[in-house]
Amino acid sequence: MNPEEMPEQEHLPKPTVWPIGFAIGIAVVLVGLIVDPTYIAPVGALIAIVFGVLWARAATSELRGRTTAIEPERREAQVAPAAVSGDGAQPAGERFPRNKFLELSTLGLGGVIGGLVTVPIAGFAVLPSFLGQKHHRTDLGPVSDFAEGQWYISTFMTDPAEGEVSRRTAFVRNNGTTTVEGKAEPSFTIISNHCAHLGCPVQANGPTGAILGMKTISEHTVSGPIKLEPVVPAGFGCPCHGGQYDTEGNRTAGPPVRALDRYAFEIINGRLILLGTFSVAHVDGTGAQAQIHKYKSVGPGEHVDGWEQILYPINPPHN
Amino acid sequence: MAVTRRPPTKSEVRKQQMMAAVNFPLDWLEERSGLIGGVKYFLFRKVPSDTNWMQTLGSATLTAFIVQAVTGVILAMYYKPTPGDAYSSIQNITDHVTMGWLVRGMHKWGASVFIILMFLHMGRVFLFGAYKYPRELNWVVGVLLLLMGMLEGFTGYLLPWDQTAYWATVVGINLNGTAPFLGPWLAQFLRGGQEIGADTLTRFYSMHMLLIPGAIIGLILLHLYLVVRLGVTSPPWSKEEAGRERVDGDGSRPLPSGLTKPVARGAGGAK
Repeated sequence: MNPEEMPEQEHLPKPTVWPIGFAIGIAVVLVGLIVDPTYIAPVGALIAIVFGVLWARAATSELRGRTTAIEPERREAQVAPAAVSGDGAQPAGERFPRNKFLELSTLGLGGVIGGLVTVPIAGFAVLPSFLGQKHHRTDLGPVSDFAEGQWYISTFMTDPAEGEVSRRTAFVRNNGTTTVEGKAEPSFTIISNHCAHLGCPVQANGPTGAILGMKTISEHTVSGPIKLEPVVPAGFGCPCHGGQYDTEGNRTAGPPVRALDRYAFEIINGRLILLGTFSVAHVDGTGAQAQIHKYKSVGPGEHVDGWEQILYPINPPHN
Repeated sequence: MAVTRRPPTKSEVRKQQMMAAVNFPLDWLEERSGLIGGVKYFLFRKVPSDTNWMQTLGSATLTAFIVQAVTGVILAMYYKPTPGDAYSSIQNITDHVTMGWLVRGMHKWGASVFIILMFLHMGRVFLFGAYKYPRELNWVVGVLLLLMGMLEGFTGYLLPWDQTAYWATVVGINLNGTAPFLGPWLAQFLRGGQEIGADTLTRFYSMHMLLIPGAIIGLILLHLYLVVRLGVTSPPWSKEEAGRERVDGDGSRPLPSGLTKPVARGAGGAK
C-alpha cells in the first residue's frame, strides 16, 4: 500500500474513561486495606471489577464485533484425480510422510533429553532448601547459671561446625518452678531476638552487665562457647524499623505483626537445652503463669492469627 | 576518447598495496562468514533525521552493563564467597591488590549508574511514546531487564558480607517472605534453608555472577534485535508525519517478514 493512503492510527484503540474508574477502584482497595478492610476495601474491589469489565469490553469491542469469513474446504478436488486415474499405482499422498516422522521424532527426542537433564538440575537447585533441614540442639550450660527472675542475653552457635554465621541470640529468664499436674517443673522464658517484623536483631531496652555490677557468665559446652550477659530489660526494641515489645515478647508498638518467637527447651541432667523455635501470636500473663498462644514456626512478618493468616496457607517444612 | 595511461607513481602503488593489505583479511572474513556485512547492517542503520541525544541513553545503559560485566569478572578472581573469607577478601581487594580499589569502586558505583541509566532510558521511551505499536514487546523486554538489574543489585549487596550487607539481606529476604501464598517458599529458596548461612552467600554469588547476567545478556540481544528490526522512533516534536517510511518507503525494499505495511517510524509526529 502506498504510505500516502495508509489509514492513520488504525492500531490505536479508542480512548475510554474506564481505565480511570479502574484505577480509582484499585486506589480505594489500597486505602481500604489500611483504613477499613471489611467495608471500604470490598467497595473498591467492586468498583475495580465493574470498571475493569467495562474496560475489557471497550478494548475488545472491535474484535468481538468482527465476523470471520471462513473459506469452504475443497477436499473433493484433491481426491478426484486419484479416482480418475483409476489404476491406484499413485496414492493421493502419503498418510504419514517420512519428513513428518523425522521432524516429530527429532522434537520428541530433544524434548526427552532436555527433560531428563532439566529435572535433576531443577531439583538440585530447589529441593535442598526445603529437605533435610537440620534440627539444632544447643546446650546452654547448667541451670544453676541462671539466677531466678534474672534476664540474660545469651549468645550461642546453633551449629559450631558452620561457625560464626550460625551465632544466635536469645533472652532467657529463669521463672523458677511451676506446678504442672501436681509435679514441680522448671519454667524458663526464652525469647528469640529475631524481630517478628522482618527479622532484624531485637535489643533489650535496659542496663546490662557492667552497669548492674553483675558478671557476664562464660561457659564452654558441647555446643561451643556460650555467653550469658545479665540484663534488666523494660522491654525489647528493634533498631531497624522501631518495633517494640514488652518483656513477654508481646508487640507494644511499631510494625511487627505478632509477638516475638520463643525457643522450645528441655532440661537434661540439670542442663538447659535449646530446641527449635515456635511462633507466638500473643502471651497472656507473665513468667511461669504465662499463657502462650503458640503456633508452628513461621517467617518474620507472617500473621499466625486473625484473618490475614489465610494469606499463608502452606508454610515450607520448618523445625 | 583516448584515455592516457601513465604508470602509477611510487606513492600510488604503495597506497594500492596498503588498501589491498587491509582489504584482504576483511574480504577473507566476509566471504567465509558474512560478518562484515552483518556488522555494517547492525551499525550503519538509517535513523530518523531528528534523533535526539536522549536516544543515546539505551547505549549508555548497555555500556554501564558492559563495565559491570568486565569489572565483575576481574573481582571474581580475588573474591572468596565463604562466610569466613568474604569480608577479608574484599578488604584485600580494596587495600592490597594493585588497582583493586579502582575496579571495586567502578563495580560498586557503576551498579548505581546502571540502575539510574535504566530508569532514565525508560523515562525517555515513555515520554517519546516509543513503547507504542509496534514496539510494545520491546517495552516488555525492557521491563524484564529492569527487573533483572534490580535482582543484580539485591544479590550483589550481600557479597561484601559486612553488617549492612547481612542485615539488608535478612530484611530483603524476609520482605519476599511476607508475600502471600508462595512468599515463605520463595524466602526459603533464596536463603537456601531456614537461616541465612554459607549456602545463602554462595547461592547469591552464583545468581549474581552467572544466572542473572546470563539472563540479562539474552534479554539485551532480544532488545537490540527488536530495535534493529523496528527502527528508532523519532521524537514527539518531529516534523515528519507518523506512519511513514522515511527513506525506503517507495517500495524498493521488501518489508520485514510479518509486516503488511511500513513500520511507523514517527510515533507522534505533528500532522
